[in-house]
Amino acid sequence: MDVRQTFPGQVHPTAGGGILVTKLDEVINWARSNSLWPLVFGTSCCAIEMMSTASAKYDWSRFGFEVARATPRQADVIIIAGTIVNKMAPVLKRLYDQMPDPKYVIAMGACATSGGPFFYNTYSVVKGADHVIPVDVYVAGCPPRPEALLHALITLQEKIRSGAS
Amino acid sequence: MNPQELKQQLEALLPSPTFEEGGEWTTLYTDPATWAETARRLRTTKVLDLDYLFCVTAVDWKTHFTMVYHLSSTTHRHTLVVKIRLDHEHPEVATVSDIWRTAEFHEREAYDLMGVVFTGHPDLRRLFMTDDWKGWPLRKDYEDPVNMIKL
Amino acid sequence: MIEEIGTTELGELVVNLGPQHPSTHGVLHLVITLSGETIKKVEPHLGYIHRSIEKMCESLSYRQFIYVTSRMDYLSSHINNHGCALCVEKGMQIEVPPRAKVIRVLMDELTRLASHQLWWGAMAMDVGALTPFFHAFREREAINDIMEKTCGARLTMNYMCPGGVAFDLHPDFQREVKAFLAFFHGKLDEYDELVTDNVIFQGRMEGVGYLSREDAISYGCSGPTARASGVSCDIRKLSPYEVYDQVRFEEVTGTGGDCFARYKVRMGEMRQSISIIEQLIDNVPEGDFQAKTKAVLKLPKGEFYSKVETARGEFGVYIISEGATTPYRIKFRSPGFSNLSALDHMARGHKIGDLVAIMGTLDLVIPDIDR
Repeated sequence: MDVRQTFPGQVHPTAGGGILVTKLDEVINWARSNSLWPLVFGTSCCAIEMMSTASAKYDWSRFGFEVARATPRQADVIIIAGTIVNKMAPVLKRLYDQMPDPKYVIAMGACATSGGPFFYNTYSVVKGADHVIPVDVYVAGCPPRPEALLHALITLQEKIRSGAS
Repeated sequence: MNPQELKQQLEALLPSPTFEEGGEWTTLYTDPATWAETARRLRTTKVLDLDYLFCVTAVDWKTHFTMVYHLSSTTHRHTLVVKIRLDHEHPEVATVSDIWRTAEFHEREAYDLMGVVFTGHPDLRRLFMTDDWKGWPLRKDYEDPVNMIKL
Repeated sequence: MIEEIGTTELGELVVNLGPQHPSTHGVLHLVITLSGETIKKVEPHLGYIHRSIEKMCESLSYRQFIYVTSRMDYLSSHINNHGCALCVEKGMQIEVPPRAKVIRVLMDELTRLASHQLWWGAMAMDVGALTPFFHAFREREAINDIMEKTCGARLTMNYMCPGGVAFDLHPDFQREVKAFLAFFHGKLDEYDELVTDNVIFQGRMEGVGYLSREDAISYGCSGPTARASGVSCDIRKLSPYEVYDQVRFEEVTGTGGDCFARYKVRMGEMRQSISIIEQLIDNVPEGDFQAKTKAVLKLPKGEFYSKVETARGEFGVYIISEGATTPYRIKFRSPGFSNLSALDHMARGHKIGDLVAIMGTLDLVIPDIDR
């Protein structure tokens, strides 16, 4: 795909080349959305599907999620893959606080969205990761297919590009 | 050793043991006062050699507690189930973590979730819940209107 | 002793190997006391994924509680479901048709292969080699596709139910499994060439994390962890269930007791699983895939225990029933819980890099430990 078709702005052809007219915000959003680095954060089963998305068959580094960082200080997006329980919630909050702005959150799977299969009669599960940190994109599934996670990542990219986040 | 022979060996070894009928494996009842000594005998007697403790369960029967220990022998390949009846107000029993090292974690779990106190345990504190959690979650009378959403 | 993070009076350093760390085993919090760079004590803190499964199961019916065990040890999800179904069938005295037995064993062995593949990839990644991770997932995707056609899901399939299996095999199942086996045979040799025979890998693994036979029994270890120390504990051989007494396979044991021995035991188990699948794939008997059972199951009053051999070790389901439609008390005996208790004993005197190698060969899945 020709980069001029995805790069925001208009190209005015003039003699000797072309002039690109655009807004700085749009260029910055375009750059941010195409190089989101996820944080390695998987608590339970969804982590395996996240690992599948990272590996060769459903590669997510095609979309810019190249390096999965282990430290939150260098990560842009945190993919909450798995159930959050009462003991883990302060840890999640601390990781989110340690991430530098701009940061985005994807709640992957039913457990992170709303508590999932552990909604009723459990004393230790936080019913949804959005009780702890603000979430941008929710993915349904238990666990969601790797294609569903890729769709969520692309949705996040579109959300950033349109300036909504 | 089949269950009949195991029963005979136990009758020879322990003073007046009580057994439970039915069930897949030989089941022995013990009181908490004699448990430490009984456990040592079960482990060290050559003909029994029950060296593998594979399951420690605490059951809340509302009027009393029961500790269930599933033991097996890697040499003789027989299985024994030991049940101990505990008081509901103050459930206390001796630890076996010096005999079977796996009991350290299992007893911590029983303490954390049911509130059974194991005397002599090297490090008895909560395992799964946060240290300041109030209450024993797996008991039948545990109420938690904040966290638990009943169906 | 509860160690505070910082420095102790003896000048030892106490550090966190925190709940979020890239070894992707889940959320395990280790508090390590170091003297210089040598480990003096490792203390696991659990509970970061404790989802109160045992309490939840007390309000689920006997058909419903099986789905939640898929999510405990999600890499051997079929085998966990199998254990629960066996326990319910033991209580209700249900006879499983032969076709269902063979299908269950086939699914179990495919799951064991998939779990060991992921173990191999993740462990090599922990030790520092990133390439085997992608190789392992390529093979795992092949098994996931086969599972998805028959069971409907890739990771947490609720395929086993009391009485048999939920659906019949997909018509392409035999052909695809045979194609997969033909493809995978050469891969194990490739794995050996890539990792096992690598001098650096052997240097990292040999002599590290020794567990003696008596300690393995005393700590309640099971599965490949105990078999590498010389304990013969394969449930498929000791108390065979389904058709395991009719297939020819060997129990792989080792004598080294160190990380490399555990590694070799799991590689050997993969070959045995292939052999079991090859013996059964052409001999699936015709018939029903599910026994006729009532819609609502009520176990009679009593206690029932069943054990199965998962990829990690012995998984036990202990149901205490009072005759109602829901169990009175369920206890899941998870293999990782006991295997983890031996970690402190194995890691003393080693360095942190060795600790990561030991954790890799123990094959811990933390939701299985925390339940």
